[in-house]
Amino acid sequence: MTTTRIDRKFAALKAEGRPALVTFITAGDPGFEAGLEIVKALPGAGADVIELGMPFSDPMADGPAVQAGGLRALKAGQTMVKTLEMVRRFREGDDTTPIVLMGYYNPIYSYGNERFLKDAKDAGVDGLIIVDLPPEADDELCLPAMEVGINFIRLATPTTDEARLPAVLENTSGFVYYVSITGITGSAAPDADAVGRAVGRIKAKTDLPVAVGFGVRTAEQARAIGAAADGVVVGSAIVDTIRASLDAANGATAETVPSVTRLVSALAEGVRSARLQDA
Amino acid sequence: MTVQPNTYRSGPDERGFFGIFGGRYVAETLMPLILSLEEAWTAAKADPEFAAELKVLSKDYAGRPSPLYFAERLTEHLGGAKIYFKRDELNHTGSHKINNTLGQILLARRMGKTRIIAETGAGQHGVATATVCARFGLPCVVYMGATDVERQKPNVFRMKLLGAEIVPVTAGAGTLKDAMNEALRDWVTNVESTYYLIGTAAGPHPYPEMVRDFQSVIGEEAKAQLAEAEGRLPDAVVACVGGGSNAIGLFHPFLDDTSVAIYGVEAGGKGLEGDEHCASLNAGRPGVLHGNRTYLLQDDDGQILEGHSISAGLDYPGIGPEHSHLKDIGRVTYVPATDDEALEAFQLCTKLEGIIPALEPAHALAHVMKLAPTMDKDQIIVMNMCGRGDKDVFAVAGHLGMDI
Repeated sequence: MTTTRIDRKFAALKAEGRPALVTFITAGDPGFEAGLEIVKALPGAGADVIELGMPFSDPMADGPAVQAGGLRALKAGQTMVKTLEMVRRFREGDDTTPIVLMGYYNPIYSYGNERFLKDAKDAGVDGLIIVDLPPEADDELCLPAMEVGINFIRLATPTTDEARLPAVLENTSGFVYYVSITGITGSAAPDADAVGRAVGRIKAKTDLPVAVGFGVRTAEQARAIGAAADGVVVGSAIVDTIRASLDAANGATAETVPSVTRLVSALAEGVRSARLQDA
Repeated sequence: MTVQPNTYRSGPDERGFFGIFGGRYVAETLMPLILSLEEAWTAAKADPEFAAELKVLSKDYAGRPSPLYFAERLTEHLGGAKIYFKRDELNHTGSHKINNTLGQILLARRMGKTRIIAETGAGQHGVATATVCARFGLPCVVYMGATDVERQKPNVFRMKLLGAEIVPVTAGAGTLKDAMNEALRDWVTNVESTYYLIGTAAGPHPYPEMVRDFQSVIGEEAKAQLAEAEGRLPDAVVACVGGGSNAIGLFHPFLDDTSVAIYGVEAGGKGLEGDEHCASLNAGRPGVLHGNRTYLLQDDDGQILEGHSISAGLDYPGIGPEHSHLKDIGRVTYVPATDDEALEAFQLCTKLEGIIPALEPAHALAHVMKLAPTMDKDQIIVMNMCGRGDKDVFAVAGHLGMDI
């Protein structure tokens, strides 16, 4: 497939000699307009790649923070149509920051796989992370996505052993997402040394960038993980920050966007200093 | 694989599909586990010692075979086909669930797992799991929706007595699907030590096949027992379907006997015209949840809906994938029974037969009450009485406006 915004972004950062800061928020949390304002503010605060969660009623792999964010979005009326609209609106002002949609298969399957890929491509989506679509199901969405020029980003986990890694990597494109812990999003803090070894193990088998997530919350952790990884994913900490800024009715306040950009700026500092000590 | 053209019993294929349903839609963290589970299950199936161990436990611990009982007064009352109950409510722990938990605990032990987790709706599977964990000395954590914890107090207490830890799940509506989400989150966190003992014939492959095979003892026994009593096959078999484990257990051995009409009875709740039911096959559409593709109750955006049923064991918005396939190919007819119909059947069975059914099989009985009068007196219906109603008496009293 042709190069995507994801490929170009990671190539540019490699030239800069630093890892990417990948930020996750749920589309439509706390509402459509407020969510759009947050997404628009992310690149300026230092986010290199944006993961936009497609809310789902049954997020089996997510911890309490992301679960709650998804419910807030659904309660505020978020749908797949609105999520794609949000990407389109973001693209009007930003044609370089990659957007990866992350979530579960059913809302896509319900929308219709073919229609979804077309509409996502048209809206300006660059990649997909679908938690419950393993390589065994590649013919359903992964291969068709590659055909329309959307990266399908695979999760590798601590349980992905040497025998299985090639299958996981086979049709992956854009980057590989290494899940740093066995668990749900936002739980235990990852051990930077173990993560470093795992990233090395994956990089021995692929030329793709490897981003690391699940459990990274602070600038310090981002710095430590970023020493070995090509990207650091932060999700639950941002979603928690959104929650903390809301009013009693879960509506956005004047603090919502600034509190997110403050956190993202700090994380970006962490990521940018990740390689300095080694240099 | 070679698909045998003249059988309905060849599924799933090697990727875990029954037609387009089933499969393995799970997070990568779980995928290696699912594959090793499949490997262990394949080895166990081929091992005569596994079968022998299960057989002894089924007989001496669970009390199998369960009787096949001619419900004479109910037959007279309805004035049509002869009605037989397969008495799986007489099993140890009071339902068919023990058939599956005994099989899976033996498998978990073979795999060297040291901790068991389970989800439960009505609490029958939770009790059956806590029971086998007590029997084999393994720690047990049961995830149960907070709403169900409230409406199934007797079973919650039984599980605690058996030594299980009960985790009330407040996410969503606090019912079975939310409990299953939480169990999956536990499993993904504790992959090394933990065995997830799924209670119904759903979830990622190989669970639907494995649970079906452990439950098929119901249909196999019923077939042999009826052959002895009547010298022939039944004309119809009937079972309730929530996730569908008791039903697939009764149905599967009869699938290729095409003279046998097969009915699965879904929870019609307050009627299919509104949202308060749990009839995924009659009112849902195919989607992907909890590791498999199957019929689901969902909105236009693919968000899963909370089902409603008077019975906590039937209010799951999905259904085992083999049932979805059997519906699509037309081998099994799936019909709804409402809360009110189930309550009426519950009372009728109690008064006429001295058997207090669980609210789940009361749904099956509600359909038998419609079906039997339309059939000839020399025809035969076998219904799975898959659970006893002791757990439901408080809830039923509430619905009937009685104080106890």
